[in-house]
Amino acid sequence: MSALSITLGEVAASLALIAVAIAVSFWRRAELERDIAVAVVRSFLQLTAVGYVIQAIFDTDSLWLVVALLAGMVGFGAWTARGRAKAVPGATAPIVLALSVAAAVTLGLVIALGVFAAEPRYLVPVGGMVIGNSMTAVAVTLNRLADDMHDGRRQIEAMLALGATSQQAARATVARSLRSGMIPLVDSTKTTGIVFFPGTMVGMLVAGAEPVDAVRLQMVLLWVLLGAVALAGLLAVSLGYRGFFTDAHQLRET
Amino acid sequence: MLRDVTLSIRPGSTALVGPSGSGKSTLLRLLNRLADPDEGVVRFHGTDVRELDPLELRRRVGLVPQLPAPVPGSVAENVCFGPRLHGDDVDPGEPVRLAGLDSSFLERDASRLSVGEQQRVMLARALALEPEVLLLDEPTASLDSGATEAVEDALRNLDEVSLVLVTHDRGQAERLAERTIELEAGRVMA
Repeated sequence: MSALSITLGEVAASLALIAVAIAVSFWRRAELERDIAVAVVRSFLQLTAVGYVIQAIFDTDSLWLVVALLAGMVGFGAWTARGRAKAVPGATAPIVLALSVAAAVTLGLVIALGVFAAEPRYLVPVGGMVIGNSMTAVAVTLNRLADDMHDGRRQIEAMLALGATSQQAARATVARSLRSGMIPLVDSTKTTGIVFFPGTMVGMLVAGAEPVDAVRLQMVLLWVLLGAVALAGLLAVSLGYRGFFTDAHQLRET
Repeated sequence: MLRDVTLSIRPGSTALVGPSGSGKSTLLRLLNRLADPDEGVVRFHGTDVRELDPLELRRRVGLVPQLPAPVPGSVAENVCFGPRLHGDDVDPGEPVRLAGLDSSFLERDASRLSVGEQQRVMLARALALEPEVLLLDEPTASLDSGATEAVEDALRNLDEVSLVLVTHDRGQAERLAERTIELEAGRVMA
C-alpha cells in the first residue's frame, strides 16, 4: 500500500474553496454562511478525532474496539436520522434496529464470503460507510413515510373502514417510502464512473493505487452498500409504519 | 369533541344532523371503531365494540367517506377490494347496480370518473361487503345537485341495510331517514 501524506498546510489551503462557498451563500443570500462554518469546524474536529480513534484501534488490533466504534456510529446515526423523521411516532427503536442489523448483516456477509478479512483496517471504514449510507436511506424513507401517511390519511382510513388491517392499508405507502429511500443509491450506482467518481475510488487513485484495484474495490463497496441500504430501509419502514396505527387498526391522531 | 352523548340507533335509517363542528363525523367514526372514545362505551347489538374484532366490525358496519377515496384501478377492482382483503371474491355487478351505476362502469378507471360517480363507487364498494349498517359521512357534501340526487336515489332504494347518515342538510335527513337526531356542540339535542 502506498502511503500518501498530506500536511496540515495543504489541508488549510483547501479552505479556499470553503471561502468560495461562503461567498456564494452571502452573495445570493442563501443564508448558509453560519451552517457552512459550523460544517467546516465540525468536520475538522470529528475527522481529526476519528482519525486518532481509528489509529488507536489499528494499534491495538482489537475487534471489540471495532464493535464499540461501530455501535457509537449507530447511536449517532440513529440520533441524526431521528431528527429527520420527527413526524414518525416511536421511530427511535426501528431506526436503531435498522442501522444495527444492516451493519451486522452486511459486515457478517462480506466476511463470510471472504470479500474482506475480519480485521479492523477493513471493518472500520466499510462499517462506517454502511452505517452512514443506511442512516441517509432510513432518514429519507421515514421522512417520506411520514409525509405520505399524512397526505394519504383519507385513503388509508377508507381502506381501514373496509376491514383492511393496518398492514394492508399501509402497504402502498410503505412500498413508496422504501423506494424513495433506495433510489438515490441505485441511481448513483447506475451512473458511477460516468457522471461521478465515488469517494473510495478517488481516494485510492490519489493514494497511488492501480486503477484496476480502485475500480474493483469501488464496485464491491457500492454493491455491499446497496444491500445494506435495502435492508436498513426495509426494517425501518416495516417497523416504523406501525407507529401510525393503534392495535385496533386505527390511525393515531398525529 | 363529544360530551355526555347517550343515544341508541335502531335498525332502519337514522340521520345525525347538526352544524359543522358539532361532532357528527367523530360520532360516526366511533361506531365502526375508526376511533375510540376517551370515556364511555359504544355498543353494537349490546356488546362493547372494543370486545369485537375491529376488522369484522368494520365489515358489518360499512362506511362511505365524505370524499371519495378510490384505490388505483377499475371500478370493479374498487368494488372487489373489501371482500378480497379477507380472501373473498364477489361479483361486482350487483353492488354497482345497487349504487345506481350501470355495468358499463365496471371496467372504467375509477380515478377518471366524476366525483359524483366516484362517490357511488364508494357506495358500491361498501355494499360489496354486505354490511348490516352503512355509515354515511356527508355523502353528498362535495356533489352538485344532479349527482346528489343520484346518490340519494341509490340510498333510498337500499332496503336490506340500516343507514346512519351524517348531514348538515336537514332536507336530506328528511328525504332519507326515518328518524333524526340533532347534535350541537358535542351534545345530543331534543
